Amino acid sequence: MTTRTGAASRQISQQVAYGFLIAATAVVVIPVLVIIIQIVVIGADAISCDFLSQAPSQAGKAGGIFPAILGTFYLMLGTIIVALPVGVLAGVYLSEYARDNWLTRTVNMAIVNLAGVPSIVYGLFGLGVFVLMFHFGMSLLSASLTLACQALAMTVTTSREAILAVPREYREGSLAVGSTRWQTIRHIVLPQAMPGIITGAVLAMSRAAGETAPILVVGAAFFLPGLPHSPFDQFMALPYHLYTVAAHIPGMSRTTIWGVALVLLAVVLSFNVLATIIRLRSRKRRYST
Amino acid sequence: MPAGGLARRWRLGEKFIESWIYLAGLLAIVVLLGIIILLIKEGVPIFLDTPPWEFFFGTKWYPVSEPPTFGIMPFFVATLWVTVIATAISVPVGVACAAYLSEVAPNSIRETVKPIVELLAGFPSVVMGFIGLMLLSPLVQSAFNLNTGLSGLTAGIMLAFMSLPIIISVSEDALRAVPDEFRQASYALGATKWETIWHVCIPAALSGITAAVMLGVGRAIGETMTVLMVAGGALAVPVSPTDPMMPMTAAIASGIGNAVRGGLQYQALFAIGLILFVLTLFVNLVADRVLERQKRKFQR
Repeated sequence: MTTRTGAASRQISQQVAYGFLIAATAVVVIPVLVIIIQIVVIGADAISCDFLSQAPSQAGKAGGIFPAILGTFYLMLGTIIVALPVGVLAGVYLSEYARDNWLTRTVNMAIVNLAGVPSIVYGLFGLGVFVLMFHFGMSLLSASLTLACQALAMTVTTSREAILAVPREYREGSLAVGSTRWQTIRHIVLPQAMPGIITGAVLAMSRAAGETAPILVVGAAFFLPGLPHSPFDQFMALPYHLYTVAAHIPGMSRTTIWGVALVLLAVVLSFNVLATIIRLRSRKRRYST
Repeated sequence: MPAGGLARRWRLGEKFIESWIYLAGLLAIVVLLGIIILLIKEGVPIFLDTPPWEFFFGTKWYPVSEPPTFGIMPFFVATLWVTVIATAISVPVGVACAAYLSEVAPNSIRETVKPIVELLAGFPSVVMGFIGLMLLSPLVQSAFNLNTGLSGLTAGIMLAFMSLPIIISVSEDALRAVPDEFRQASYALGATKWETIWHVCIPAALSGITAAVMLGVGRAIGETMTVLMVAGGALAVPVSPTDPMMPMTAAIASGIGNAVRGGLQYQALFAIGLILFVLTLFVNLVADRVLERQKRKFQR
């Protein structure tokens, strides 16, 4: 009899514990959904053709946010132009060339640590090196290079993993018919690793689009009379615009602020979703062959 | 068969590209060293003006008064507050969520919850700051009857959310790495599923969960925009979590725009950057070590 009540109370404690686990999961999931719904519902009122295609006026209270959208796309482009080739080459080095020695271990450790450096510290780095030492000034170029340094850890890691996932036999087959090491990498390994590399690149772009602290330090502007015409021009950017209208401009219309948040979130999350789609499609293809 | 000259040209081209590969491989070290050297070069000279003791333990940050004083105690305590609050919330919730996803949840729920958690990981920090400003701070203000909803507590809650994705995914991986034999042995002894999770799975995955917690802490220490927007930005040493405060990252972000290049305030802000860098470096190194050990633990 005692054993049966013991079993029953153990069943009850299991139910209670499960209840806690489910509650914890709900605490994570529900706010995410609430945030997204709020931003979409309130922000949607602000979205119009003018909002997306006009320059702001009256300190952001009227007009649109086109220069900020354009600036963010320039930043994403600038970041990936630098971070992707370097990341792929470094990934090739780590997976194909590096031997297991202290140098390789140091490189790997450096990558792990770069991924953990706070974004504001990258901002200080960009300010000290690109803005002041290289005299690029407060410009798109400085900001792109700063964000590229920050994205480096991600592009290297994803490239390395994608290249390592290519089966050994592919390389051996290529080397056996007389290709050199680089030919094998160029024509066999990299094409196979491409979906993984692209996934990492798209994620890095999404990250660059949302990053605020570094560009706050190296020269985003809240308002500019014209669009940037060269990499040495100052620029506006969506996340910095959101920060300023939300925290610094009194009497800002609510819908405009939520509208800016919606556009930023849409840009960032659409790139995230794109990365997921690429990953899932390439996985499906690999299983079907 | 290519002619000899052509083959040599190929080989030259190959040497060329391979030298780029080596250079790119070393770039990560160059950037990391560059960050360290720059922070030291720009930040350490502040100690010629303000002795380290006064810098670390001084409670007054008056960069523009005459003479200026640079004490970072308010920022350091603020960072401590928000990190502790964030960790206290995110660790139990995150580990419970990971345990649910890896041990209990049916497949369909797991496949719905995981993308939502990934979505959260993709939220830019400025959007989280904005949400804290708009949605959370009024709640905190009325719940605790405060003058302002912008406080360390508000920032800590937002930071907890931002550390959750990494805590959940790393803890879940750690729990999944626990071999199934462990669970079966536990069931064979008559343990319920929950007893197995609590007494077998979580202890076996503990080092991985520790690493997850460290990574979450590192995230919370280094997060900038959210704390800049919702922590309140007060310069006094915060005594209560509901005080407005300014963590170290926010101090750099809000001060660097006005600092004269090479001036004392500029140096002081780089010195704060150096401290942040060292803190996060330490946390990440430990997390990496622990993860490596966890990976080896169940390899046979």
